[in-house]
Amino acid sequence: MGAIHIRQSRLDPGRAAYDFTLPAGEPWMHEIKRGQTFRILDLEGNQAVDTLFFSAQDPAERYSAQDTIRRQGNIYLTTGSALMSNTGRVMLSIVADTCGRHDTLGGACAAESNTVRYALDRKYMHSCRDNFMIALARWGHRYGLTKRDIPSNINFFMNVPVTESGGLTFEDGVSAPGKYVEMRAEMDVVALVSNCPQLNNPCNAYNPTPVRLLIWDPV
Amino acid sequence: MEQKFHHAPGGMRASARRARGARVVWVLLMRAQAHKRDFDFQSEDMTSTTSLAAERVLWEETVHGGGHWSGVLRRGTALRLVDVDGGVNVAALFYNQEEKLERYNMADTLKAQHTAHLTRGFVCYSDMGRVLCSIIADTVGWHDPIGGVAGNEDIAVKYGERRFQEYRNDMTRSGREGLLIELGKWGLGARDLVANLNFFSKVIAGGTGALRFEPGHSRAGDYVDLRFEMNTLVVLSTAPHPLDPKPQYAPGGLRLIAWRADPPGADDYCRNFRPENRRGFHNTEILFR
Repeated sequence: MGAIHIRQSRLDPGRAAYDFTLPAGEPWMHEIKRGQTFRILDLEGNQAVDTLFFSAQDPAERYSAQDTIRRQGNIYLTTGSALMSNTGRVMLSIVADTCGRHDTLGGACAAESNTVRYALDRKYMHSCRDNFMIALARWGHRYGLTKRDIPSNINFFMNVPVTESGGLTFEDGVSAPGKYVEMRAEMDVVALVSNCPQLNNPCNAYNPTPVRLLIWDPV
Repeated sequence: MEQKFHHAPGGMRASARRARGARVVWVLLMRAQAHKRDFDFQSEDMTSTTSLAAERVLWEETVHGGGHWSGVLRRGTALRLVDVDGGVNVAALFYNQEEKLERYNMADTLKAQHTAHLTRGFVCYSDMGRVLCSIIADTVGWHDPIGGVAGNEDIAVKYGERRFQEYRNDMTRSGREGLLIELGKWGLGARDLVANLNFFSKVIAGGTGALRFEPGHSRAGDYVDLRFEMNTLVVLSTAPHPLDPKPQYAPGGLRLIAWRADPPGADDYCRNFRPENRRGFHNTEILFR
């Protein structure tokens, strides 16, 4: 372990402009304006939150895992991480984090990849990719977003350690009830979230739970 | 002054190119000797072009350093990527040629095989749980799936701008733009540019997650063989790896050799490399029944 930067926030949930509890296994799409602060709160602990960001002005500009990793020279996200777009601009900055480590490499679970990873008969199970498709079907037309626009996402609160010899595993989360990550939007963005329904690995402690999503206006 | 520098006229460049061609043949022969013992193919030794039966070779092409290339490799065809000069980087993306919304997926490739690097045995997964291509031979040992590509601004900041007007085809080109040029030829664009692979480059993430680029990883004559399990649009750039600390913009060339591969049998090395891969091959093969 390492490179963990715990920082508390002073923002008061009572003063948030937006406060929503997203049930386990559901999608969410919402605009976050430049200067607003977005918090994801892991209510019951060890809940992976699959997250993407698009520029509200030009949705072809979107979060890029590889640009983000390269810019900070590190595969994990924590306080101080800049979430970079595919054109090299800072989309959001992580300004507080009580969990300390978030994943950039694991991507979203999908029915199809579940057949590969676990068993052919797991295809029926709900997945983050299905949530992304639901969100695109419900709200994607507002921004012209389709499946084409879905790149590799962030997994907040998920623990995917990589080893010196090039191994990668999904392990028990480093999160716990009440931990949160908070980021300030540096441009107007559209957030796309799947509250992960994966039941086949420890990323949700085999028990997907709700998360709380809050947005504050600039002080 | 750097801006005033002009390369030698065409004649000299052509002779340099011929010299490079001769060097390719030489390094391939040398590497063939060096690596003959490293692999255990069932039917014949496929460790180098010299041992690729002539009737298997379909075509060959050279991609210059900093250049870009795209083409379709059909199911059952293999593509050998050969590092011509040493230290080449090949940014690569793969798309199902019949439905290009199905494409190489970094995360699925890594998590399905519990790896943060690629070498012989590993396969490249699409987002639909299918195998686009399998790495059936590899003299390098580690290919980077996480470093991504640099854009024009990164290249200009790192190396200084070298425009076509002054430098002709020795101008600087970025990996991102090279991939976008090739994607554009197939009706694709920035929205289709997802996290890419970098063949021949090694980036280690240690215990803290910090990235470390390993210089001098690939040598002249090193190669990797990709066997395509689906009809695949392949898009490549030979611009430098974005984390390569070398201060000069001097990307090396890439030799492509397409050849007819044997179909992957029940005992295929990549199919059996991990239990996940057996299911990945199943998902792929039912598409062609």
